[in-house]
Amino acid sequence: MGRQELHVLIGGEAGQGLVTIAMILTKALVRSGYYLVVNQSYQSRIRGGHNTFAIRVSTEEIIAPRQRLDFLVALNQETVDWHRTEIAPDGLILLDERFADADQRCVKAPFKQFAEEKFANVAYLAVLNKLLGLDEQVVFQTLEDYFGAKKPEVTEKNRQIFSAAYEWASGRNLPETVRLAPVAPQEHLMLNGNEAIALGAISAGLKFCAFYPMTPATSISLTLQAAADDLGLVVEQAEDEIAAINMAIGASYAGVPAMVATSGGGFALMVEGVSLAGMTETPILIVVAQRPGPATGLPTRTEQGDLEFILHAGHGEFPRAIFAPTTIEECFHLTRKALILAEKYQSPIFLLTDQFLADSYRAVAPFEIDALDATSVGSSPEEVSLPYQRYALTDSGVSPRLLPGQSTHLVVCDSDEHTSDGHITEDLTVRILMVEKRLRKSAGLRAEVTLPEYQGDNRPEVLFVTWGSSCGAVVEAAAELRLRGHRTAALCFAQVWPLIPDQFLSYLQGADNVVMVEGNATAQFTRMICRETGLDLPHRILRYDGLPMTPEYILGQFQSGGF
Amino acid sequence: MMLSESIYGNYETAWCPGCGNFRILAALKKALVESNLTPHEVIFVSGIGQAAKTPHYLNANLFNGLHGRSLPVATGCRLANHQMPVIVETGDGCTYGEGGNHFLAAIRRNINITLLVHNNQVYGLTKGQASPTSDEGFITKAQPHGVYAAAFNPIAVAVALHAGFVARSFAGFEDHLTEMIKQAISHPGFALVDILQPCVSFNKVNTFAWYKNRCYRLPETYDPTDWSAAILKANEWGDQIPLGVISKNSRPPFEAHFDCLGHTPLARQQVDKAKLKAFITHYR
Repeated sequence: MGRQELHVLIGGEAGQGLVTIAMILTKALVRSGYYLVVNQSYQSRIRGGHNTFAIRVSTEEIIAPRQRLDFLVALNQETVDWHRTEIAPDGLILLDERFADADQRCVKAPFKQFAEEKFANVAYLAVLNKLLGLDEQVVFQTLEDYFGAKKPEVTEKNRQIFSAAYEWASGRNLPETVRLAPVAPQEHLMLNGNEAIALGAISAGLKFCAFYPMTPATSISLTLQAAADDLGLVVEQAEDEIAAINMAIGASYAGVPAMVATSGGGFALMVEGVSLAGMTETPILIVVAQRPGPATGLPTRTEQGDLEFILHAGHGEFPRAIFAPTTIEECFHLTRKALILAEKYQSPIFLLTDQFLADSYRAVAPFEIDALDATSVGSSPEEVSLPYQRYALTDSGVSPRLLPGQSTHLVVCDSDEHTSDGHITEDLTVRILMVEKRLRKSAGLRAEVTLPEYQGDNRPEVLFVTWGSSCGAVVEAAAELRLRGHRTAALCFAQVWPLIPDQFLSYLQGADNVVMVEGNATAQFTRMICRETGLDLPHRILRYDGLPMTPEYILGQFQSGGF
Repeated sequence: MMLSESIYGNYETAWCPGCGNFRILAALKKALVESNLTPHEVIFVSGIGQAAKTPHYLNANLFNGLHGRSLPVATGCRLANHQMPVIVETGDGCTYGEGGNHFLAAIRRNINITLLVHNNQVYGLTKGQASPTSDEGFITKAQPHGVYAAAFNPIAVAVALHAGFVARSFAGFEDHLTEMIKQAISHPGFALVDILQPCVSFNKVNTFAWYKNRCYRLPETYDPTDWSAAILKANEWGDQIPLGVISKNSRPPFEAHFDCLGHTPLARQQVDKAKLKAFITHYR
């Protein structure tokens, strides 16, 4: 038997190797065939500070983080003190025998006996292995792979500690309360949002990324950098975010699919570049992984607070699209779509995520890489009308884009208002034609919108509406209410701009009660929906404490909200 | 076949009569032709300001971007297509003021870009405020008691950072300027030509005559590969202003560090699906 579902929280100080064992355990779970949702919460420092790595494991597919804990793995005393009350009555606490705790749910192990402080995490992993009932070979192989590149003596030391601790655990009559039900092994990938974005971008033809480090976006660029030598990418750490976006625009002008990745504060510096891409009609993918602001805010926490900022960023008027993936799979596929649309409509296209999704590992089915096409860059010099004009007026607003050096045709782009051939102008008749040409591209972007997804009962008593990374929690909350006898549904937006009311108005009008759910304090998406539909949507569940949306939070607010 | 300057066209400009830009444009065309470059083989990038309009008056590939941001755009262009010469043409305010951080970073990278700075020590497009290179005490409507800040010395900064190629010329000496631009284009690494230039409308101090009386050409005995001598020479300003190649070295260009920038420009490379699949196996 064993548990179908388990929520494990590993807590400790930064520098104790918490992320190392959590990553190895997560990968071992994925290799064993389990599904999971990881929620990483860490303080913004390298050593010290209280950090946690929560792994919600299930034998079935799951999409949301949870609050209630079943199993607490405490690398330090603080973890026990702070999280004891969150543990279910039938839960378990694993801790070092030196830590003080009289709780009956405790399993105390003499970790000091197996290893010095620095290697204690490997001993924890071995005991965890036993308590969860995982295949020892799978866990140990994952440990070996993780330290694969390290020195042989480190590998040998890990092996000794792991074996000693595993033997200790096997010789005790340990409780079986957190043992997982067995599943068949899977060929799943273990990916977080940032990694999925990087892989999706590469598969779509991305060759250039410039960035300035900023939590929680940095690992997108680092993943690209890790692939750069093998896959022929140029990934450059720029002197600032202004340089980063201008470099990407330069690379794109010269014919290379390009992106930038940052968070709110870094994006604030990039804003003039967004407008530049809009005016010069240069394709660019801009990924913003949100964290709570204003200013430096909570650097390592999550929020959905930059939606309206992204919607309006950049002076002047020009079209854009904003994607907000709801899952890791969508991080991959919508990044691809965003890069392809950027090229097709020669516009800045946004992908908006947040710290929760950026760092949230999941088990993901492998992608069919052979079936995925890359974006096709530029137009053919043989097909353009002569003389070649970079900003030729067309019905779609999209002008044939040649690349400099590709032919003898000259490619002239200007941030000033310009004539069809790209040269600076103050002719106000031309101005009108160019404004209208640029805005005509909106029609194409509107025709390619990713539809919001409706799940649940028809004509529900309550319809929850949400976007981006909050979708998983909303879908699970709606399902729980349904189990309690309510007719419920969830409407999830993975693209938040353009909004086309015809695609979702009937859902809103067909529900007795619409509850908007967002990870911000001012209901930004709600206001956008109201503006586009003319509806008034007063029922809102908002979260802005830096933590991700969870089903428990939604249900708690729903019950106390009197909707 | 010898190229002719006429392939670069002859356009009406928005500059004031007597502006130093006319002579810089003439020298530039000559340098391009003498470098045997046809218009479609070069990418120009410029920022905003009177100088930044220069490439509009040429037949050329051009990305005329934002104020201060031409170097990052040019860096992206060059990495996307490292087989095309990239020339940045813009002013002192754009390069040394708004784009100061990019100036430092481009030098440090040693990206193979030719940077031509029209340095007239004043803001022309916005009508006469001080620029980073305005001398202390220079009076404008925005600095009515004279500039308090010390002048930015681009040559000294570039030499201090071991820039690949650092030269100064003067718009009034067209042949000298043509030669400096040619050398800068052919230098395999970052190349700065700081071009002194009168602004007839807004700089009544640093006039054509002011520059002409002070500028002198470095003697043939001067060795630009002697960095210590170059540091001293770079700090010469005032009654005597040296023109010529102040400093140069053979640091490898930035692009040379990337294996993928070999025979084929990045802009013509496809996704290698087999390698992508192999990379993804790390996530198993």
